Amino acid sequence: MLTALLTLGTLAALIGLILGYAAIRFRVESDPIVEQIDALLPQTQCGQCSFAGCRPYAEAIAAGEADINQCPPGGENTIQALADLLGRDPKPLNPEHGAHTEKAVAFIHEELCIGCTLCIQACPVDAILGAPKQMHTVIAAECTGCKLCLPPCPVECIDMVPVPQTIASWVWPLPEIDTPAADADKVAEGTHG
Amino acid sequence: MNTEGDLTPVSEDIINPRDQLYRFHGGLVLPGHRDAVAALPVKVAGIPPQLVLPLKQHIGEAAECLVSPGERVLKGQMIAAPRGAISMPVHAPSSGAILAVEDRPVPHPSGLTAPCIIIETDGKDEWIEASRPCADYHQVPVDSLLQRIRDAGIVGLGGAGFPTQAKLAHRGPQGIGLLVINGAECEPYICCDNRLMQERAGEVLEGVRILQHILQPRHCIIAIEDHMPEAETAMRTALSTAAAENLRVVRVPEIYPTGGERQLIKVLTGREVPSQGFPADIGIICQNVGTAAAVYRAIVRDQPLISRIITVTGAGVREPRNLEVLIGTPFRHAIETCGGYSGEVDRLLMGGPMMGFAVTTDEVPVIKTTNCILAVTRDEIPPPPRPLPCIRCGKCTAVCPADLLPQQLYWYAHSGNLDAAQDYNLFDCIECGCCATVCPSHIPLVQYYRHAKAEIWDQEKQKKAADIARHRHEARLARLERARQERSRKLAERKKSLSGPADKAVDAKQAIIQAALERVRKKKEEADNAPKNTDNLTPEQQRMISEIEARRSDKKRPTEH
Repeated sequence: MLTALLTLGTLAALIGLILGYAAIRFRVESDPIVEQIDALLPQTQCGQCSFAGCRPYAEAIAAGEADINQCPPGGENTIQALADLLGRDPKPLNPEHGAHTEKAVAFIHEELCIGCTLCIQACPVDAILGAPKQMHTVIAAECTGCKLCLPPCPVECIDMVPVPQTIASWVWPLPEIDTPAADADKVAEGTHG
Repeated sequence: MNTEGDLTPVSEDIINPRDQLYRFHGGLVLPGHRDAVAALPVKVAGIPPQLVLPLKQHIGEAAECLVSPGERVLKGQMIAAPRGAISMPVHAPSSGAILAVEDRPVPHPSGLTAPCIIIETDGKDEWIEASRPCADYHQVPVDSLLQRIRDAGIVGLGGAGFPTQAKLAHRGPQGIGLLVINGAECEPYICCDNRLMQERAGEVLEGVRILQHILQPRHCIIAIEDHMPEAETAMRTALSTAAAENLRVVRVPEIYPTGGERQLIKVLTGREVPSQGFPADIGIICQNVGTAAAVYRAIVRDQPLISRIITVTGAGVREPRNLEVLIGTPFRHAIETCGGYSGEVDRLLMGGPMMGFAVTTDEVPVIKTTNCILAVTRDEIPPPPRPLPCIRCGKCTAVCPADLLPQQLYWYAHSGNLDAAQDYNLFDCIECGCCATVCPSHIPLVQYYRHAKAEIWDQEKQKKAADIARHRHEARLARLERARQERSRKLAERKKSLSGPADKAVDAKQAIIQAALERVRKKKEEADNAPKNTDNLTPEQQRMISEIEARRSDKKRPTEH
């Protein structure tokens, strides 16, 4: 009886030690949820979500202070991705924060620009080039289309220009006539999906 | 698809000495529609009044324009330079003046425009001086041969348009054991490679020898499908005059898509190219016969890629045949050379009926990767009927030459589940169209796959842009934080200097000021006390002074009391 108790006790202690050691030695550093949320946001840094950028919004979502439907630039795709990540139900974009529009980039009418540098200070991604009393210009490739440079401009010389479609940005469309789904497809979703 | 075991070093088993052939999965035997056209010799299309040369006719970065409007260019002159490693130059196909550098419609499924150089030809067809033709390429180092192939703007002429020099330079881990020259022209209607081999077997063979010299493969196979015995005979005749043990012509059965790189390798060697890998990974390189001929012209004659043979065919063309056209020739000019349109043309395709795509206008130019212009009528290839639901019959799976599950791919592409589509190896799909051809529900399957692929690439691009924006935003925040700290540090310093005399420098300054004040005070005292101008006084003045002094002392006295 005593031998059995001792054996089992020793074994339990030994295994406990091994497990304890393994828990520390082979600890898996999981990706913090804020990073994962931030990776799904479009990084426009526009602040339409009422936070001061994408990361603060990600932090707010992680802390449960913000909903997942406050990002107009991301639109439905971002909401869907966030819903998948967080295991929530996707919901339509909250109209309080604006509507989803196609991406446009800022364009400075250079003959109107007075070189005040206010837009440079407003740009969240340093995509505007210029110096005091020198003409400014937008680096279109770096512009996220956040529109934060529009309000500070005292002469209203900045316009948002839609990005033209080129062969490089073109995406094969789905067939014009949609193929109807049959019951067989639904079965397939169940078995393979 | 493939296992690690297949990645062993190149061994004799891929050389396949007895020409034993293998069978790839699926494929279709399709009606050829090409015999009448293949019997006619290649016709030279002549110089069109305008040549339209897109800056991007290949896979990779677009070329950079070197000319400006008004400039005169000569035939063979480089008019756009490669930009980056995977890029190709563009050459003037004939002499003339640059009319414009602007956006024009190009042969692309989107129907969009792209930057092009437009040359107004002068009809003189004046060549630029060939600077380095070389009869004996054995004397030229391999690196400089590769550079010449790049300078000549040669891309894979089979259809994909991958820069040939880049393909030849990617050798894989164990070198090249087998060079496959692809003459298996498998798509219906197309027979330009067939005519090329019949008429210019010598050029093709010489190009193959140059490729052999560059790659030093142990063996080389020229693969020709069995529906073109004349081409095979021509190649064998050319080969017999300069026989070599390690170079053979092999006849392969006519099954679509044998001309696909992976399928042809499977047929010849029984081996599979790894999923998402390159043939070079298993020691094989595949080049089209047209590419070989272009390499011959580039090295031996120092002529860049400025023309190619294309098949102009379909029931919508009056006299279908093979044409040698200058790159940049508008489709309309090529069709007019073939007698113009006949009947009601329903669609104009670039490429064959299986893998080609419709173009919206016949203004688009022939580019390096154009192998066929197909004008089809409604009777010839009727528009597909309305698609019906997938009944999961499995016919598509049976014919898929890439061993995929087309109905699963369709399902996930249709529902937008792109991750799952990738799990089912979407990117191994070669878009051959076999699945859509046999589909009893007439589902345009390939278009779903193309959409899904493009969507995945687009999402990747957006993710990259988001990463750059995040990085720039973080860098900006860091910069602002740095500036803020710098400001507050300076502020603190100034405050400190004002609050106390602890500083030595301030002390020293204070001492100097103090000393100066002291000196001034002393001087002032002296000046106040000592009487001035008391020397050399006249007796009168002396008397007045004594009077004043006496009066003063009189005045002082009562106040003291």
